Amino acid sequence: MPILYYIYLCLTLFSIGVVGVLTRRNAIIVFMCIELMLNAVNLLLVAFSKMYHGAAYLNSPTTTIGIDAQIFVFFIMVVAAAEVSVGLAIIVMMYRNTHSVDINFLNRLKN
Amino acid sequence: MNAIIVSALLGVILMFCSWGIKSPRLQKNITLVGFLVLIVANLAQLNGWYVIDFDTKGMLSFSRFGLYANTLLFIVTFLYIWINAEEVDQIGNQSGDFYALFFFILCGASILTSFDNLLMLFIGIEILSIPLYILTGADKKNLLSNEASLKYFLMGSFSTGILLLGIAFIYGATGSFRLQAPQIVPSQGFAMEQYLLSAGLILIFAAMNFKVSAAPFHFWTPDVYDGAPTVFTSFMATIVKSAAFVAFITVFHGQAKSLGNSWELLLSFVIVATMLVGNITAVFQRSVKRMLAYSSIAQAGFMLFALYGVSDFANEGILLYMVVYSLATIGIFGVLIKMKEYSFEAFHGLGKSHPLLAFLTTVFLMSLAGIPLTGGFFAKYYMLNALMVAGAGLWLVIVAILFAAISVYYYFRLIQAMYFVPGTPAIKEVDKTYTYKLLVIAILLLVLGVFPNLLFNYLYF
Repeated sequence: MPILYYIYLCLTLFSIGVVGVLTRRNAIIVFMCIELMLNAVNLLLVAFSKMYHGAAYLNSPTTTIGIDAQIFVFFIMVVAAAEVSVGLAIIVMMYRNTHSVDINFLNRLKN
Repeated sequence: MNAIIVSALLGVILMFCSWGIKSPRLQKNITLVGFLVLIVANLAQLNGWYVIDFDTKGMLSFSRFGLYANTLLFIVTFLYIWINAEEVDQIGNQSGDFYALFFFILCGASILTSFDNLLMLFIGIEILSIPLYILTGADKKNLLSNEASLKYFLMGSFSTGILLLGIAFIYGATGSFRLQAPQIVPSQGFAMEQYLLSAGLILIFAAMNFKVSAAPFHFWTPDVYDGAPTVFTSFMATIVKSAAFVAFITVFHGQAKSLGNSWELLLSFVIVATMLVGNITAVFQRSVKRMLAYSSIAQAGFMLFALYGVSDFANEGILLYMVVYSLATIGIFGVLIKMKEYSFEAFHGLGKSHPLLAFLTTVFLMSLAGIPLTGGFFAKYYMLNALMVAGAGLWLVIVAILFAAISVYYYFRLIQAMYFVPGTPAIKEVDKTYTYKLLVIAILLLVLGVFPNLLFNYLYF
């Protein structure tokens, strides 16, 4: 399959994430949309990794070209987990004070 | 390498200190000693001594510029903690935790000054940002702090997503995460490589603009700076922003030529927009804290000049600007922390009741405005010079100077409120030692205003 299909798929997923962040009002859903963006990038990286690896594999079967993107994906997963732990703590902290996870709460600082 | 390892270790040590040692004074002293160790370790590497020496496989590269930027960041943070430790203690129950977070942030900062691979850029930015989300929300019972923290977190992770998409595109175009990637040949492979590379660079540009709060992506800055506890705002606006700028420069000094002429257009647009939004909005603020938040956006516009082209002036200028801006901002926030409320009215009559404090505030504001004899003048001068050397149009220099003139207006509004309006200032008890600590900062600013070369000598020898 051409790499373009993967790029279009990932961009679609990423755009769904962006639209979700911009339109949804529930903090948890916004958060899930951000995770969707990160995972779209993961998919793209793996696709590119396979593309470069496949091309190099034809010349030498022991090549490691293209592996670094897959390592990158693991790093993104770990960092996303760290972000989730902090982010959920922040949302819980907000919930304790306001008893809601609505983003519309975020307008006190404007004036 | 030394700085990264030692700062991470010190962070862990301080984390344990926060439950092992109850006395805040002892914790503060351990932190200050920790910073001295960190500075010594970093200087040791600058002279070729390593704690652990191993091949980083092209992940990190230690240039003299990066290591020196590290040293300056550490020294500024040392001064910051030395002045603000008592204020940090008043927030939350366990101030040792905050000190640990400072060390983790500096670990991220030292990765950002020495990365040679986009993977390390990503990790550095995350290590820098995640502790900051916690610091912003440190005042748990305060709704404003909660709001600032959640807003910063959502916006920050959104920009991380954009950064990652940019990195993935660049990988797709070049097949490497290295900063100095092999140049792509558009005729070979699939023809979209050039588009992917440009799109990737523009996405990274947007995400980095977000981190340094430059104009089209600045909207979070005033709210977050306003809502966060004032001590931590002072840290965010100075040390973190400086580290992000060093990373910004490292990425784009190597890669900008892939964007061709459109890079200069893009950058000029961002610079002008940043200075326009920052300066014009700052004029209309009624809260000093919010005014300083907008002024930090405006100062980011000046720092962006260093991106325009590679030159000695750009490197020297960003270091000088970083130090001078950080010192002045830490100073002015140091005064602001002692106020009971943050309106301009709170400063009425400060010149009469606290003459030394008012004078120090004047020095800090003058340095931010770039008046000669304070460090801010030479910082702005070096930045404009970097712009000229890089071959930017004269119009950009003129625009910059005009906006600097506007900035004088709102900085001097505060000076006018202190000296020329009678009244009683709404200020807490300020002890003598605190004022003397701020005096040290002011003296440093004045020294840098006369001998800026003192800073650069170590960059080359």
